[in-house]
Amino acid sequence: MSTVDSSSSRLSVLKTYKLYVGGKFPRSESGRVYEVSDSKNKWLANAPLSSRKDARDAVVAARKAFGGWSGATAYNRGQVLYRVAEMLEGRRDQFVREVADAEGLSKSKAAAVVDAAVDRWVWYAGWTDKIAQVVGGANPVAGPFFNLSTPEPTGVVTVVAPQESSFLGLVSVLAPVIATGNTAVVIASEQAPLPALSLGEVLATSDVPGGVVNILSGRTAELAAPLAAHQDVNAIDLTGVTDDALAKELEIAAADNLKRVLRPQPVDFAADPGTHRLTAFLETKTVWHPTGSLGASGSAY
Amino acid sequence: MASQTPQAAAQAAAQAFDYAPAPESRSVVDIAPSYGLFIDGEFSDAADGKVFKTVSPATEEVLSEVAQAGADDVERAVKAARKAFEMWSALPGAERAKYLFRIARIIQERSRELAVLETLDNGKPIKETRDADLPLVAAHFFYYAGWADKLDHAGYGAAPRPLGVAGQVIPWNFPLLMLAWKIAPALATGNTVVLKPAETTPLSALFFADICRQAGLPKGVVNILTGYGDSGAALVAHPDVNKVAFTGSTAVGKQIARTVAGTDKKLTLELGGKGANIVFDDAPIDQAVEGIVSGIFFNQGQVCCAGSRLLVQESIQDELLDSLKRRLSTLRLGDPLDKNTDIGAINSAEQLARITALTETGEAEGAERWSAPCELPSAGYWFAPTLFTNVTQAHTIARDEIFGPVLSVLSFRTPDEAVAKANNSQYGLSAGIWTEKGSRILSVASKLRAGIVWANTFNKFDPTSPFGGYKESGFGREGGRHGLEAYLAPSSPKGERK
Repeated sequence: MSTVDSSSSRLSVLKTYKLYVGGKFPRSESGRVYEVSDSKNKWLANAPLSSRKDARDAVVAARKAFGGWSGATAYNRGQVLYRVAEMLEGRRDQFVREVADAEGLSKSKAAAVVDAAVDRWVWYAGWTDKIAQVVGGANPVAGPFFNLSTPEPTGVVTVVAPQESSFLGLVSVLAPVIATGNTAVVIASEQAPLPALSLGEVLATSDVPGGVVNILSGRTAELAAPLAAHQDVNAIDLTGVTDDALAKELEIAAADNLKRVLRPQPVDFAADPGTHRLTAFLETKTVWHPTGSLGASGSAY
Repeated sequence: MASQTPQAAAQAAAQAFDYAPAPESRSVVDIAPSYGLFIDGEFSDAADGKVFKTVSPATEEVLSEVAQAGADDVERAVKAARKAFEMWSALPGAERAKYLFRIARIIQERSRELAVLETLDNGKPIKETRDADLPLVAAHFFYYAGWADKLDHAGYGAAPRPLGVAGQVIPWNFPLLMLAWKIAPALATGNTVVLKPAETTPLSALFFADICRQAGLPKGVVNILTGYGDSGAALVAHPDVNKVAFTGSTAVGKQIARTVAGTDKKLTLELGGKGANIVFDDAPIDQAVEGIVSGIFFNQGQVCCAGSRLLVQESIQDELLDSLKRRLSTLRLGDPLDKNTDIGAINSAEQLARITALTETGEAEGAERWSAPCELPSAGYWFAPTLFTNVTQAHTIARDEIFGPVLSVLSFRTPDEAVAKANNSQYGLSAGIWTEKGSRILSVASKLRAGIVWANTFNKFDPTSPFGGYKESGFGREGGRHGLEAYLAPSSPKGERK
């Protein structure tokens, strides 16, 4: 991030990067920050170094938002997610710059990444009101019962965002979680948290209700441990955990309240995402009701 | 009759019209004095020669002696399953389907024998094994048989692959039905199986091994290891097992989740529950009473999806409880082989002790106990149908799974309060709603955090209907198209693996 605008001698205004929790932009309650630099070790910003307390606050915010977000119509969630894509498109230049700095990409490669991320929001925006028809449906039980299975969000999901793909990767793991009505606590890429923190600003202006997405920056291991063990978190996506021993430790902690765990796996974020990230954090509810009988032979017409 | 309470009147009527004994014949089943482990198509002793006895919980009579699998036996069984996997997974789906159809048909042919066997080993009434367990077992195999050659169309990618060797551990409450829920989808999708039945109910799984023989199932595709919890623990920990499926307690489920952490093993868990059965003031009382009874006294309440918490709207509480107690007074407890028996034996002395301890806790914490006036047989493990009133949400009997014929009754005033109380549980397996108002059913059903919601009915099961829990009741679904997912590795597009 250049401190002096190249076209003039004007000193630019730097941004204070802050967390995004409960729809607000707090600093870490710990008062800690850490230096974030680009691939050439040039200082970019001081990002909040979130604490366990920040993580717990984020869970409280996510839980509070769950009822409203999961209860919103799928159409409404689709509109909100599409609005995120619109807002991102408008901030394209900013994100191209931030992604280029964060990931050491050329401007054209960073632009391709940001475009793919915008398109991914659009892809998931369209899924909100389709996934129930794809994975749910009526079951032909052998008896006089109406029987219907519908997918429902599992609850509060901790998302350990990918370390390398700081923006497209983040969007690719976050969007499916909230598309289906879950709320999220995101641990941003440790080395490259700035695009994630800026995404919070986009979400805040996209009609995403406060608390639906909460974004923390800091040490992945320090934040993931309390979130994996948190009794009010329902699931955890370990995609951004690169250390096998830590991944195992987190999965063991997650077993205490039987969190749904998506294990780390190599992912090509440029590829067609498929539906498995949508279904990973869905429950299936099956409702039975007697149909009664208006005559055994049925209608011939 | 004005001087009599309704319960006394019902009792008097029951005595006036007593039933003659109507025992189902035991001669239809021939139990051998001992059984080995079923590995690679053969019965053999455990490597270390250990055995244990299985008893009839209704009489404490020893039924047979079965081998107790150790680590060496687990090794041998997994090896056999691995070897069989190559051939079984390469078989055209239509051929696998025909094996499963054969199995379904043989189960139907032998269903009376299996029903009597299950009743003997488990203690549940013949009425249930004959009319619920066995028909559902056959139907489950029949259902998944049909999937074996249609997997490309199941919504898990164009050419979904089997996972490999499935290690499956099942409970004692529905021994053969849980076996069917585990084995049928595993084989249909091309996996091979090592299954461990519960130590108190090993026999129907061993009879199933004989059905595999009759069906000509290739050796090693199904392996049965009888034993205790340590046998199951060794099985799920085995490094060459690709898939773990467990039905049982939440505590053991958590332990298994820790065991498979950090591995590539796919895990599904079907665990405990504390189902809320919600009765609104406009519910048809007589139907609701029948639903409450089937909800908690079916299989002596030893059902993970039992409706063990009755939430009744305050305005009808007295009326409902009077009807319920009157109905409970007519339940017939006794010989599980008697066709008139409603309530059979508790499965084991250990389970009886747990139920007894939890009900004592209920009384100690201040809840009011009522038990149906029925005579308990002198031998075997028995517990009279029991309900507790004056129960609060903080009481142990409102929170812990009792897994016995014990109902905790709580009341509510508004639908919101009912939903809040129903969801106030670590579990989320089943729930019931009783009301004549359609919109209330739909709104309450949508707010309940439970995998199965029965509205104006309870404890209905079907192979096409996905079953499984929210929260600490486990994850994954068994039954229906959903049940295939647990046994498939989707061939996702463009390199992303699941």
